Amino acid sequence: MIVEIGHYALILACCLSLIQGTFPLYGATKNHGRLMAIASPAAYGQFFFAAIAFGALMYAFITSDFSVANVARNSHTLKPMLYKISAVWGNHEGSILFWTLILSLYGAMVAFFGRKLPKTLHARVLAIQALVGLGFYLFLLLTSNPFARIYPFPMEGNGLNPLLQDPGLAFHPPLLYMGYVGLSVTFSFAVGALIEGRVDAAWARWVRPWTLLAWCFLTAGITLGSWWAYYELGWGGWWFWDPVENASFMPWLIATALLHSAIVVEKRDTLKSWTILLAIIAFSFSLLGTFIVRSGVLTSVHAFATDPERGVFILMFLFIVIGGSLLLFALRADKLQPGGLFAPISRESMLIVNNLLLTVGAVVVLFGTLYPLLRDALTGDKITVGPPFFNLAFGLLMIPLFLVMGLGPSAHWKRTDLKGLSSRLSFVFIASLMAAGISFYMAGGTEIMAAVWLGLGFWLLLSTLFEWANRIKLFKTGTFKRMVRQPRASLGMSLGHLGMAIVVIGIAGTSFWNSEYQGIMAVGDKASIGGYDLTFKGVDGMIGPNYTAVKATFDVSKEGTQLKPLHPQARVYLTPPMPTTEAAILSSFKGDLFVVIGEANSEKYDTWAVRLYYKPLQSWLWAGVALMVLGGLISLSDRRFRMGNVKRGGKTNVA
Amino acid sequence: MASAPLNTRAGKRKKKRFYLVLTSLTVLALAVGLVLSALEDSISLYLDPTDLIERNIPQGQHVRLGGLVAEDSFTKADDGLTYHFDITDGANTVTVVYKGALPDLFREGQGVVVEGAQGDAGIFIASEVLAKHDENYMPKEVIDSLKKRGLYKQAEEESL
Repeated sequence: MIVEIGHYALILACCLSLIQGTFPLYGATKNHGRLMAIASPAAYGQFFFAAIAFGALMYAFITSDFSVANVARNSHTLKPMLYKISAVWGNHEGSILFWTLILSLYGAMVAFFGRKLPKTLHARVLAIQALVGLGFYLFLLLTSNPFARIYPFPMEGNGLNPLLQDPGLAFHPPLLYMGYVGLSVTFSFAVGALIEGRVDAAWARWVRPWTLLAWCFLTAGITLGSWWAYYELGWGGWWFWDPVENASFMPWLIATALLHSAIVVEKRDTLKSWTILLAIIAFSFSLLGTFIVRSGVLTSVHAFATDPERGVFILMFLFIVIGGSLLLFALRADKLQPGGLFAPISRESMLIVNNLLLTVGAVVVLFGTLYPLLRDALTGDKITVGPPFFNLAFGLLMIPLFLVMGLGPSAHWKRTDLKGLSSRLSFVFIASLMAAGISFYMAGGTEIMAAVWLGLGFWLLLSTLFEWANRIKLFKTGTFKRMVRQPRASLGMSLGHLGMAIVVIGIAGTSFWNSEYQGIMAVGDKASIGGYDLTFKGVDGMIGPNYTAVKATFDVSKEGTQLKPLHPQARVYLTPPMPTTEAAILSSFKGDLFVVIGEANSEKYDTWAVRLYYKPLQSWLWAGVALMVLGGLISLSDRRFRMGNVKRGGKTNVA
Repeated sequence: MASAPLNTRAGKRKKKRFYLVLTSLTVLALAVGLVLSALEDSISLYLDPTDLIERNIPQGQHVRLGGLVAEDSFTKADDGLTYHFDITDGANTVTVVYKGALPDLFREGQGVVVEGAQGDAGIFIASEVLAKHDENYMPKEVIDSLKKRGLYKQAEEESL
């Protein structure tokens, strides 16, 4: 019964989205107040019914109602509660329903926080948001009904891929989806502005918090996925340039570019049509990401669905949304008034370089991701594009980006004196070269690229700190007051850039100085890696809720000091039967010790295959990302961005 | 007047546009160059044993080889870390040697994809055994190749 209520609620939400997507849009062109006023209650109602639908599906999963096909395929009575809940979005139908729920949540948020927007823009943004939603409701109802029943129903479910049974992965999709779908708001604002024919500083101030919010979620979501791959797949890798990873990375790159170009629109009233275009591209990439992950066109661990019908629907949907908005852009972009001028050396032009490099980077990633499809279609050869391609092509693009990233915040708007800028920053540059050289020498590096990346990391770190110190006039009276009183957006920028610097240094460390040991160890054998001495003490059997495991014990010591023993596990899950490794990781400021136990190598179970890795500065990477997200959130709390406070200067657009 | 003098507003705008276009083109040209040179070295063809034999892939060329691990072909060398096994697509079989840790899901009769190159005496030297599988525990390329060779049975799909 509850399941049927969910299905019915989904249909109601679909109808509401049709109403919300049409009447307010028409009302806005006729300046008809009542028609426009439909948008907000429709958005709240849509969210209400989508939430009921999602709640009903969650209820079916929690109570293990195997008469629902989706639950029978993806759940199991023995699963811990957390994974019964995360299984709701761990499958195709449920994840699309979840996507749609978040879309309607953002719609309701825009309706609420955007109450003080000009009425026509408010109505148009909500209408566009609803039209995107309509596509997803139809997709669910026509091709992927999560509430479909089966008869006769099984007594037990199939279970979930054990690799996905992990707290990190339980929360990875919600965060990622909050990011993906958050870009829909920016998209709706962009299309709304194109219809209005007007983009100004106030518009940019309305759009920035939504972009920032989406960016924070996207950053956190991608990193959580990467962290999961790091500790769960048992190979110590954290980024594989896998199509699914790329699918989330491309919108991140574009969202990052958008974040920066919106600043230019807000402060300098220029780069308007470019910013609108970026907003469209960013959401297009997140739709494309959904398509890549959901359609199974590219082989990957995440490819849940291999149903071409759904693929065709998504492809058509993509065509309408992306093609339609780009067409609108082509028709209307010239209506946007061009704004302020700036010199070739200025903060604006550096932000343009940032935008160009990030966009080209996204295109390179897109090319590498889709090239196998292209090649397959043209020649029939099945190929894969490996990490060396991405590391080289994408990596080289990032070198000028990081160089400019150090300069940008210290440059002035409109026009900056290159001589002055370079003389102010030259000692920072030399200091970072020295820091990189010394650490490269001390760590015994061999590859020149390792030194280059370290240098870039230090340059970013020091130039960000230098700019911050200059801004608050460090060491002059009243420093503390200035430090506390500076706008949160500026503080957020500094933290974000600092986080990126730490990520770059971490990447250099873990990519160029990692070491590994693979071997067969008998009880009592010793091994050393990364300054740690390990002794294999033996294995025990253990029984988990839905798996059995071999749990090994390693004594660990460093320079004679005994540390806590490590317990890597090799698990075999019951449903579906599948072995997984649970690595034991000892994290420290300097690096991660990563221990994996493999199979028994003898009949008597006294020798075991063991893999040890040492990953220098691995934790810097996670810490740096955390700092970036923190910076984003602090920026978001800046009072200038509170939706209600922004007024369009002078020319109010009252309906 | 054919062109506005550079000190007017319109002239400045043109100059600005010119710089913009110039930078964009440079970045784009650089990117295209990088992409093409990087691509050459890092693509690897996916082949099944029949392809590998028929297409006369030269020794040392980096490829991916996929198929089923043949039953009763798996042996472990004395060092405990070097493995020999056969990969078959039903029509042809290639012997593979691999030194390193095997992924959790590696079993005889299972689908597998290995990366490496053809060595001496027709033995394929794998540098990597791919750990990733989709939820069906069978790499999609392997399914396609088995279908092509007419060996893929519906029953097999359900048991896997």
